[in-house]
Amino acid sequence: MDLDPLLLSRIQFAFVISFHILFPSFTVGLACWIAVLEARWLITGKALYRSLSEFWTRIFAISFGMGVVSGIVMTYQFGTNWSRWSDIVGNVLGPLIQYEVVTAFFLEAAFLGILLFGRDRVPRGIHFLAAVLVATGTVLSSFWILSANSWMHTPAGAELRDGRFFVTDWWAVVFNPSFPYRLAHMLTAMFLTTGFVVAGISAFYLLRNRFLEHARVGLSMSLALITILAPLQIFLGDLHGLNTLEHQPAKIAAMEGHWEGGARAPLILFAIPDNEAETNHAEIAIPALSSLILTHEWDGVVPGLKNFPVADRPNPEILFWTFRIMVAIGMIMLAVALIHLVQRVRGKLYSPHWFHKVLVGCMPLGFVAILAGWFTTEIGRQPWVVYGIIRTADAVTPALTGGAVLTSLIVFMVVYTIIYGAGTYYLFRLLTIGPARLNDEDLEIPAVVQGHQPKRPLSVPGESIEPAE
Amino acid sequence: MEGSLLTLAWVAIVGFAVFMYVLMDGFDLGIGILYPFAPSEEARDVMMNSVAPVWDFNETWLILGGAGLFAAFPIAYAIVLPAMYLPLLLMLIALIFRGVAFEFRFKARSSRHLWNKAFFLGSLLATFAQGVVLGSFIQGIEVEGRNFAGTMLDWLTPFSLFCGVALIAGYALLGSTWLIWRTIGILQDWCFRVARRLLIVVLVLVAAVSLWTPFLDASIAARWFSVPNILLLSPVPLMVGFLAFGLWRALDEGREALPFAFAMGLFALSYLGLAISLWPVLIPPGITIWQAAAPPETQVFLLIGMAFLIPTILIYTAYSYWVFRGKVTGAIGYH
Repeated sequence: MDLDPLLLSRIQFAFVISFHILFPSFTVGLACWIAVLEARWLITGKALYRSLSEFWTRIFAISFGMGVVSGIVMTYQFGTNWSRWSDIVGNVLGPLIQYEVVTAFFLEAAFLGILLFGRDRVPRGIHFLAAVLVATGTVLSSFWILSANSWMHTPAGAELRDGRFFVTDWWAVVFNPSFPYRLAHMLTAMFLTTGFVVAGISAFYLLRNRFLEHARVGLSMSLALITILAPLQIFLGDLHGLNTLEHQPAKIAAMEGHWEGGARAPLILFAIPDNEAETNHAEIAIPALSSLILTHEWDGVVPGLKNFPVADRPNPEILFWTFRIMVAIGMIMLAVALIHLVQRVRGKLYSPHWFHKVLVGCMPLGFVAILAGWFTTEIGRQPWVVYGIIRTADAVTPALTGGAVLTSLIVFMVVYTIIYGAGTYYLFRLLTIGPARLNDEDLEIPAVVQGHQPKRPLSVPGESIEPAE
Repeated sequence: MEGSLLTLAWVAIVGFAVFMYVLMDGFDLGIGILYPFAPSEEARDVMMNSVAPVWDFNETWLILGGAGLFAAFPIAYAIVLPAMYLPLLLMLIALIFRGVAFEFRFKARSSRHLWNKAFFLGSLLATFAQGVVLGSFIQGIEVEGRNFAGTMLDWLTPFSLFCGVALIAGYALLGSTWLIWRTIGILQDWCFRVARRLLIVVLVLVAAVSLWTPFLDASIAARWFSVPNILLLSPVPLMVGFLAFGLWRALDEGREALPFAFAMGLFALSYLGLAISLWPVLIPPGITIWQAAAPPETQVFLLIGMAFLIPTILIYTAYSYWVFRGKVTGAIGYH
């Protein structure tokens, strides 16, 4: 059999990381949302906030669990499939990942236990602190992993000696040139993703005429967040794009679908890029607009793919489209923000059904945008693993056989289908069941310590979420 | 010399992380191994609840061990992981099923038995895979330059499979003594009985592994059985005997916390024995810790952070365990 371990490892990595990214995308924002709800519960003492927090904590627990187990797989992939990469960049990136583990993972894992099971065992203030620390952990985790990833796009502060990187300046490594843009863009994307899920669920409850008080709070807060973040994200995306133009011009050329580049480059709205013919088919373009957007001048010179050797070009047939999907979703998000403002000013935020239906439909948008954005940035880095220095083909494990990777790839695909199928089913069941009703007496009475029993908020008596047979 | 001290510090940190993992995930994996044999479904609820708040945290030590190895000894990471490709795949898949079983089991009704099986098989296979990885690591890895040069099936030997079985018994012993400490009634009585049988099995298996290991490598045999060493190192097996006797007595006397402490002691000694066998080799048979160490600038950058962060982690771990202290009883709230 002629199986290419490099290609299969790339497919496996893309598959595993695409699955994994969906969970942090959601849980980073959700952890912060839960911390906000806990703060409002602590300050106001209103049962509504506690019940909302408990509802979203259940959702968080399942998503976080799936994120953790798919994340462990990532750490080991680096060594099993990309051992040359581990050896070449280990001195630089190893510490960043280690710092992620000791500053973020332990914090999340330890205080998640208290957040989930400790409400009746610790004072309210400590429980709130646990929510804050879990949220802090998720944000710190994003900080370190994006620093490591950014370094592979814009390596700095290290030099290559005898085929391995040695660090000369840690500050330059951690705060490498693309890191601030990538971090800001990603965190905003994560908060937007969570915002759209919360808004969609709240709108769903309003449409169904259920949990109206919960739904109004969720809708109002999430739409306010979206209205601030959606325009901010477009601005951050533009800055990130300019940074990419400076450091990874070939990626920009592929994203824009430019073959020739040069001054007064058009903004291509639609095209079918063709690598073989080195041209676009069925192109629809606005003259000079790309130059204006990228250089902020009509006559600005932008790169074209033909400026680069064929072996150093990323694939425009994919990037052109993934980039446009991300941008289109950004525009839809901006439109939602604007409609929300109009509805709020008119005082009709909680009544117009068509807008709520739109919001339900928008729930997956953040996830799709994040996937499309990651495809754009990661496929755009190819054929390099460390941009301009180490090729992906030189990063793979030499002793790896195609058969071994094919085995693991198939196993991951089957297992993920089962696990994430079941997880999604349980998530949807939880969403349908909704938060605890507010007339529940135990919500109004301060928590009583019930023996030394870790009270599991996920599963109070008779609350199995599967229908009984 | 400065660099050498740094490297020693890193051996200590990575060694500590791996040891913490073995102890902490060891007992919760052990609970999964004992799970299907528990006296009742209520007992299973209690078993799962006794570790539900902490298992996720315990497993994080595995990531710290992996990340620490990658950061401080990247070459070891690049050689050992490809050599263990298939057993590590098995371990990861098993840990995935086991991890989600904690969340999913309590949400399921008609499919609960499936998540029970996922929890048991996940724990069993993850443990077996870890034992296999340990065994094949001890027997040595074929290296060429800075790369693993063997085949994808080099790990598959009678010794490594035997180590897999031995670790299953070891973790089950840890799990049963943890449950003696944290539960009461029928489940605790059952664990007293099980722990005694497991202790005998573990002693036989550990003795077998200890006698088998020197035959794998002449230098390991020389280390243990040459003349001054055999006297210097004899406290290790003697301590094992002492702890095993202490554990047996503690079980006889119905002591609750002591068996778990003795079981952890047995693990610590086995770990120490392994370290003595291999020192100062990091990747058997040929690569030492000094050859595998990351450069000083990397080790210093990390050490500064670790000096503050690891004690902090230990403090809030202790707090978290303290919050969930005491007996886990009944099944109120868990149906």
